[in-house]
Parts: sequence; C-alpha cells; structure tokens
Amino acid sequence: MPYLGSEDTVRDLRRALANPHVQSDQLRYRNVILKVIRLMSQGLDVSSLFSEMVKACATVDIVQKKLVYVFLCSYASLNPELSLLVINTLRKDCQDSNPMVRSLALRNMTNLRLPGLMEYVEQPLTAGLKDRAACVRRVAVLGWAKLHNLHPNSEIDAVVVNELYSLLRDTDPVVMVNCLRALEEILKEEGGVAINKPIAHHLLNRLKDCDVWGQSEVLKILQRYQPQSEDELFDILSMLDSSLVSPHPTVMASTLSLFLSLCWALPAVSLAALERVRVPLLAACGSASREIRFTVLCHIQLLLRSVPGLMGAHYKRFFCGYAEPAYIKQRKMQVLVELVNDDNVALLLDELKDYCTDVNTDTAQAAISAVGRIGRSYSDRCLGILIGLLGLKQENITSAVVQTMRDLVWVCPQCSETVCSALEGCEEILQDSQGKQALLWLLGTYGDRVSSAPYTLEVFIDKVRCETSSPVKMELLTATLRLFLCRPAETQDMLGRLLHYAIDEETDMCVRDQALLYYRLLQSGIDETRKVLQGRRSDPSLGVLIGLPAEPVKHWARVFNTLKPLWQSFSETESVRGRSCLLSFLLLIIVKFSVHVCVFQAAMQLVNIQILAFTPSHTLPWRVYLYTHTQAPPCTTLILGELLYTGKPTEEGVTLKQQPRDDKALRGFLSVLITVLHTLSSQRE
Amino acid sequence: MIAQVFILSSKGDRLVYKDFRGDIGSDAVGLFYDKVTALTGDQPPVVMTHRNVHFVHVWQGGLYLVATTIAADSSPFAIIDFLNRLAALIKDYCGALSEKTVQMNFALIYELLDEMLDYGYVQSTSCDVLKNFIQTEALSSRPFSLLDLANVGLFGADTQQSKVAPSSAATRPLQGGKSEIFVDVIERMSVVMSTSGVLMKAEVEGEVKVKCFLPSCSEIRIGLNEDLSVGGSHLAGYGAAVRVDECSFHPAVRLDDFEAHRILRISPGQGEQSVMQYRLADRLPLAPPFRLFPAIEKDAAGRLLMFFKLRCDLPPKSSAVNVSASIRVPNGCISLSQELSSPDQSAELQPQNRAVVWKVPRFPGGTQLSAVFKLDIPALSSASMMEVGPVCLTFELPKVTASGLHVRFLRLVPTQHRGPTQRWVRYVTHSDSYAIRI
Repeated sequence: MPYLGSEDTVRDLRRALANPHVQSDQLRYRNVILKVIRLMSQGLDVSSLFSEMVKACATVDIVQKKLVYVFLCSYASLNPELSLLVINTLRKDCQDSNPMVRSLALRNMTNLRLPGLMEYVEQPLTAGLKDRAACVRRVAVLGWAKLHNLHPNSEIDAVVVNELYSLLRDTDPVVMVNCLRALEEILKEEGGVAINKPIAHHLLNRLKDCDVWGQSEVLKILQRYQPQSEDELFDILSMLDSSLVSPHPTVMASTLSLFLSLCWALPAVSLAALERVRVPLLAACGSASREIRFTVLCHIQLLLRSVPGLMGAHYKRFFCGYAEPAYIKQRKMQVLVELVNDDNVALLLDELKDYCTDVNTDTAQAAISAVGRIGRSYSDRCLGILIGLLGLKQENITSAVVQTMRDLVWVCPQCSETVCSALEGCEEILQDSQGKQALLWLLGTYGDRVSSAPYTLEVFIDKVRCETSSPVKMELLTATLRLFLCRPAETQDMLGRLLHYAIDEETDMCVRDQALLYYRLLQSGIDETRKVLQGRRSDPSLGVLIGLPAEPVKHWARVFNTLKPLWQSFSETESVRGRSCLLSFLLLIIVKFSVHVCVFQAAMQLVNIQILAFTPSHTLPWRVYLYTHTQAPPCTTLILGELLYTGKPTEEGVTLKQQPRDDKALRGFLSVLITVLHTLSSQRE
Repeated sequence: MIAQVFILSSKGDRLVYKDFRGDIGSDAVGLFYDKVTALTGDQPPVVMTHRNVHFVHVWQGGLYLVATTIAADSSPFAIIDFLNRLAALIKDYCGALSEKTVQMNFALIYELLDEMLDYGYVQSTSCDVLKNFIQTEALSSRPFSLLDLANVGLFGADTQQSKVAPSSAATRPLQGGKSEIFVDVIERMSVVMSTSGVLMKAEVEGEVKVKCFLPSCSEIRIGLNEDLSVGGSHLAGYGAAVRVDECSFHPAVRLDDFEAHRILRISPGQGEQSVMQYRLADRLPLAPPFRLFPAIEKDAAGRLLMFFKLRCDLPPKSSAVNVSASIRVPNGCISLSQELSSPDQSAELQPQNRAVVWKVPRFPGGTQLSAVFKLDIPALSSASMMEVGPVCLTFELPKVTASGLHVRFLRLVPTQHRGPTQRWVRYVTHSDSYAIRI
C-alpha cells in the first residue's frame, strides 16, 4: 500500500536507527526496528534501510536479532554486496553456545537466497548436520535443500546425500522427516528419495513418533515403495490400520492414499479400506472448521464414484446447515443427489425443496437442478416440486426451473407431457438469456403439444428488436422454424417477419447467417428442412442415474488428497445442456454442404463424434471440423478437431484441441478416428 | 509444501506476509485479494488458482489466512489443518484472533511462523515445543472497563466474590497470568424439525476441550458420567443413560480407566487442545430445546399474519441466551408490524435476507413466548405461502449439554507447582443449525 509521505517516514526511521542514543537503549532500538518491520509487512518499500539494519544485527537480544533477520531475508536479494556484511555475524552466531542462536543463524543464512554466499554457508551447514542439538540438525538438513535449489545445475554432492540418508536414523523424528524432504528436493531429477525395504520399514516403525505433519509426509513418500511379497504388503497394511481411522483428517487422507496406491492390484482390499474410512470421514464432515468440511465433501464425492452406496444410510449428514456458506451447500447437494434411493427419496426431496427458495440465488439454482437430477429416476415427485416452484412467479427461480426442465426432458422424454402443460405463463417472468433459451428450445421441440406455443413465440418475435442476447435470437429462429414445420398455418406469418428482420436489420453476423441458412433451406423444399431440423428430441442414454457401473478406484486414486478435487468442477448437467443447445445449431451448418459426405457423417456419428463443418467434397484440400466429449463426470473433456485431406492418404493430418486436458481420452479418440478413416478409405477404393 | 503465508484483513490490508521459498512473487497478495473481490457470491471458494499458483485460505475472526503453493498435489487437508492450527496458536498466544491483535502482535506472529515452517515444511505446531523458542511477549488489548474493577475490593484486594469463570479468561494470552485450567464441554446441535414437532434430523457434535494456563502440569484426570455408553450396541436400560455414537480422543489421552470408570487421563501442554470429540445422532436423551407452533394466514387487507408460539423445553433451572429466530418471509415485503410478549424482545425485517429476525436475549426453560407479525406484501399470492419458512434458530445454552455428558470430577495430580490452581468446568451448547419447517 503506497503511503503519502512514505519517504519521510523512511528518512525518520533511518535517523532513528543511526542515532547512538537509540542504539544504546535496547528497548528503544527494538521499537524502531519493530516499526520498520511493520511498514515492511504492510507492503511499503523500506529496502533503503538495509545497511542500518545490518548493523542492528550484531546484538545479544534474540528478539531484536529475529526481527532483523525477517527484514534481511526479505531484502537480501536486492543488496547482495551489503549482505556479505551479515555473513560474519551469522557465522559467529553459528558457534554460539545457545542452540537456539545456532539454529536461528543457520536458518537465516540459508534463507538469504543469495547464490554468491555458497562458499560461506557450506562449512556451517556441514557442521550443523553433526550438531548435538536436534533443532540445529533440523535446520541444517533443510539448509542443504535450499542450497541445492539455489544452484539447480550444480553437481550433487554424494557425501552430503549419504550423510542425509544416514540421518534418516536420527533420534529426532523431525530431523528424519526433514531428511526425506531434503533428499526429495535434491534428488528430484532422479525421481526423489530412493525407498528400499529397510528404509520403508524403518519409516513405518518410526511413524508413531512423528507428529501429524511428519506422518502425512512419510505416508506420501511411502507411496513410492512396492512391497516385494503379498505377506509384506499385508504386514504393512495392518501396521497402517490405526492411522486409517485417525481422528486427524490429514493423517487419515494420506493413509488412505497410501492404501490405494499399495493395493492398486487388489480392488477388494481398496474397497474394504474405503468402507473403513467411512466413520472418520463422516466425523470430519462435522468438523468445526468449514474449510475442512468442504475438503472432506469434495473427497467424499470421489469415493462415491466407486462405492455409490457408501454413505447411503447417512444421507442426513449432508443436509445443509442454515449458516453454511454457499460453496458447502452446493457440494452437499451434489452429494445428496448421489445418495438418493427408494427409502430416502421422500425425505431428501422434502429437504431439497426447502433450499429451492433460498435467499442466495446460486444455492437456489443448485437446489433446483439437484431436484432435476433426481427427477431422472423419480420424475413424478420431482416434477411436482418443480411445477410448484413455478407458482412463485419469481424470476430467478422460474429461469432455473425451466432450464432444469429442459435438461430433464432431454434425458427423460416421458416427462415431456407434464413439462409442456406447465410452460404457460413463464415467458412473462423470464428475464435472463439462459432461461429464455431454455423456454424457446422447449417450445420449438415440443411445439406440437403446447397449445399456446405460437402465441408465446409471437410475443418474443414482437420484442426481438429489444433483445440484446444473440444466443436467444438464434434459439428463437430455430424454435420458430421448428414450430412452422408442425403448425404451419399459425406460424407462417411470424416466421416471415422474423426472417425478414434477421436478414435485413440484424447486425450480429451469427444470427444473420443462421437466418440466411434457414431461408435457403426453406427454398430447397419442406422435406429437406424437416430432415435437418427434426433431429433428436431426447437422449435417454444420458439419463441413467441409478445403476451406473461403479468406477474403478484407480481412476481417481491419483487425485485423492490433492488440490484437484477442490477445484470448481463442471457438473454433468452443464455438459448435457451445452450439448442439447449445440445440436440444433450444429446440424444446420452441416446441411450447407453436399449430401455426398453423408456416409462419412453417419460413420462418425456411430462412434459419437459430431461434425461441425466441412468443405465441399470436390475441393482440395478438404477439411472437416469435428468435436466430441467424454461423459465420465466430473472430468468431462471436450475435444475439437480439424481433419485435413489433401488427396494423398499419406498427407492426412489431424489437429486436436482439448479442454480440460485428459491424455487417456485423447488417445482413445485418436484410435477411434483412425479406425473410422481406415474403414472409409478402404470403401472408397 | 507451502510457498507463502499471509494474513489479510477483510478490507485487504496486509497484516503479515512471509515468503518461505521465494518461487512466487509478492504480488500474490494482490492477486488473491483481486480474486476475492471479483466474486459475487458470499464466500470465496477455499482453493483458488491463478496460473500455476494455488491459494488456499481459511476465514477466521474476520481475517483471511492464506497459504500459497505451486504443487497441485499437496494435501489440502494438511494445508487447511495447518492454517487452522496457526489461527489457534495466534489465539493461544495473543488471547484472540482479530485484526487488532494481529496488528499489535505481528512480531510474535513472524516469530511463530519462523519456527513453525522452514522452507515451507511444517516443523512443529505444538505449543509446548514452540514456547521454548518464542521470545516476544504478547500484547493484549483489553479495553479499560469499570466492570473489571468490580471484582477488586478495597486496596486492590481480591474479594473472591465471583465464583463464576471470568469470561475474559478464555481470551487472554497464555504467557503470564494466574495458574488456571479450564475444561470446556462444547456441543453443537443441528436439528431439522417438521411443523408437527417430529424430528427429521437431530445431531450433536461435541468436544471436550482443555485450556491450560499452568506452566507445568503432570497429569489431570477428567471423570465423565459413569453411565456413559459408546456406540449403539449397549442396551441402555430404563435409566436415562448418556450415550454417544462415536468418539475419538487426542492421541495423548491415556484410556486405561476409560472402560471401567470413564476417566480420561492426560498431561496437557499449555494452550488449548481438544481432548475428546464425540457425536450423537437421531436419538437425543432430552427433548429438543425449542418447539414452535406457527399459524399463518392472510387477513382481509391482504397482509400476511404470522402467529408464533415458541416454547423452551429446557429444565426450568436453565435458560437459553441470545436466542434469535430468523423467519424467512416471501419476496417483496415492505413493512413489518409486530406484537411481542415482552419489551426486551425485538424483531426487525431484513429485506436483503428476506427474513424477519426475532431476538430474545434470555429465554428461561419451561416458558413460552408468543409473537404476532403482520407483513405488508403487495404481490401476495397463495403461492407466496410456500416461501414462508423455515424458521432457523440460533441460540446458546449455557450450563447445558444436549447429550447429557458431564464432567464428574477434575483432578490434578499434585506437582511441586506453587500456589493454588483454579479449576473451571464449563458447559455450553450452541446451535449449529436448528431449522423448524413451517
């Protein structure tokens, strides 16, 4: 934070620091230094006081020493020459009789982060490894790691590495764990510290002496160890059993992680371990710290992918608390959706219904889409709730409900009857573009069943000039054309008006192009139009919620106990929504081009690859743009591809883009693509 | 490993900043605060990412305690646990965790951080180990108050009149001060109740905490109820036996006498630690502390009338304090008029939360309060009734445990320590989430 008059402040401080009266009075001296540090931590640049502070370092007052070191470590890299002055004091302190002073000096010497100081630091560090006080050895061990990272390209000193390996047998558990950490950093290039059988068992035996942090570090490093026999494996597992149910979530999570990596070949054992952590996990769910609660929830979601029934009986633990932050509520609802079964569905929906009218709109929206997800299995109950919510006539709720209904209809076509009867009147309340798009899609697709559909669309068309969102206009075009196909008499006039507006007056290119495309499509005949526009209305294969095969543990074992599960993940509903919207639009683009490529298209669709666009078949080079996405929530990945064909089979090229990254899916996609291309080219010949 | 730790006030002021590894620039603080302020929601997510830097934070006492790391495979449990531990240590050393105490004691916090972390690796977080290294003395900020003088008699002599644990004791720094030991049984209740009073969900999370101000303490023994049963398998008989479903203990607790006599033995270090955590679900030994009898109707003038009777089912000797009932009301309320049964109660309409908040400072057990709220809602429809409720209660029940767990005795094994030792046992039950459907 820049201060007005900060230069004056610094000047005053410099004067005070240089004042011999202040220097002789320890308390005053310390107070001035305190002021400097306070300004520093507020973000003010006080680096110009460096030389004064260096002088303040030579003192017997440990508090003052510590304060000065805080300063020096922050600014040393800006003043490498002046920092050399400190080294002498530090080296002298390293020989002090007080171990606290020794460890302090050694720690700060290595914290200066000055590559030029290496020659001065090595000797005290070597001595530090053999110091009789454990606190000095702790610092010295990590000091070597710091030194190595300052000179990443320097040769690794084999003597030091050997010394560190031997210090793994140190009596102090923190020294032992620090050795592991230091070796891990120094030997990064070689894959980290080597864990052989004696080391592994030594670490396991010492586990009980370490504190929580040490335990989790050791457990993490042990993941690298492969037991040589099944007997040994089970010995290790039984040793770890008590950590698995530890009341500390940190230890419990690292132990489970180790279990899963040790038992990757024994799925039954992994599943038993998951059962075993249920109790500590649930206990951590009620932790007083809401950040821990959130973390646990995210990890429970991972577990549920493999053992959907794990928490079934404990669904009440996932009811949202009144004062919980929205991010916890949303995760809890995602978990609740997974836990639904015949016994608890009534209670669970009753609870979710309460959240649907939450003051926080995000929470309300999440609750409504959770009800929609449950609706895939229990459609009657959920539709009842959703239709009841429409009665509230509130903008954000109605929008969320309509979107949820659209998603529901896409996977459960049997709901369409009820949904269609509920749509009336929504158009007056909807304000946001997402909600309008959803309503328009429903009206276009099921226009034959909604008696008021033409009137509703007419309202939209009359107001199209005031509409700002182009996706809504595009959806409106599609919906009107679809409705025209099934109810031509009522729609013809407004379709004409809409096309006229979109082609003549609209400034957005996408909307105008789409209107032009429809216009030409209509010119080519009604059958042609029907073929293009009346695509699928639903995709029930996406809708299976219960009875999904459980995912193997190894799919997620690697991300367990990392930051990844805590990132905002896209829920599956969103991918479905994206797809249903895209579909009507995508198909349109394809029609622009000749029928000749129908074979190609059909073949691609068989393997669930959608084609975005391609150049006419007689032109060379010939390009195809395609996309697909994997459906393994929550790691849905979208792949966009460009196929280039120059006439010679050897020069066919594929360029792919993917979001988010998932190498396995990419490889799978490529192999499928190559198979299809081979089949096609053999046919062509 | 943790690259940086910093503490920000809710306004974004940098209070403490320490870089441990030097691989992330100091602009991370600004980045973090930009991310927090850019969010529209009420709470930023625990983990945020900018390029390859991950920010993990906890929000306590109006402060953001943030750790940054570049290793995406670091354990979130460990980082969050560490930050919580840091907050707890600041509380132990400085008395409380607030912007003011952190500002006053920033030198101490730097010292703590320096000893707790080296090169981003946690070295030690135990109060006993750290106290050997920490040299700075804590400054505590207690505003001058006449009430503090009430206990001081003539010529500054301690009158020994008040035998109630001083509430300020829990929020004073560790160093110095009297030799006292506190054993707190703290329970959090979460309840979902239907209109008819049927419990849909009832859960109690409890904790036995020891806060020790003794410079050295060899062993204390905490005796719990003798009829305490753990797990659902025991047949409780006809008596009102105290039962918990699950419990876990601090690793340092010796449980030799737990099976037979329900005695916990522990040698507590200085500072606060949780000795035992337990949980109880569904079958509570006592009736839930509050019941609500609502009646809601529309009057002729188109106003919404809500009649509430709130009954406190605690035993007559105990009472609830700071009771606040937040009643969710339909959208578009303009004004509220109320009739409350006593003048110390209050009620107000909070349009941004869509709630009527009814506050009762003190609510004795076995009594009943009633209230009438009239709400003006221009767009009142029959569907609006759906939006009324639930009623969420927050309260504090001093000297009451919902599970019935009690400390029978608290014994200190005598040491050579001079001077008398004050022992305090305190009970309190908080509402975690107490929702009553309408």
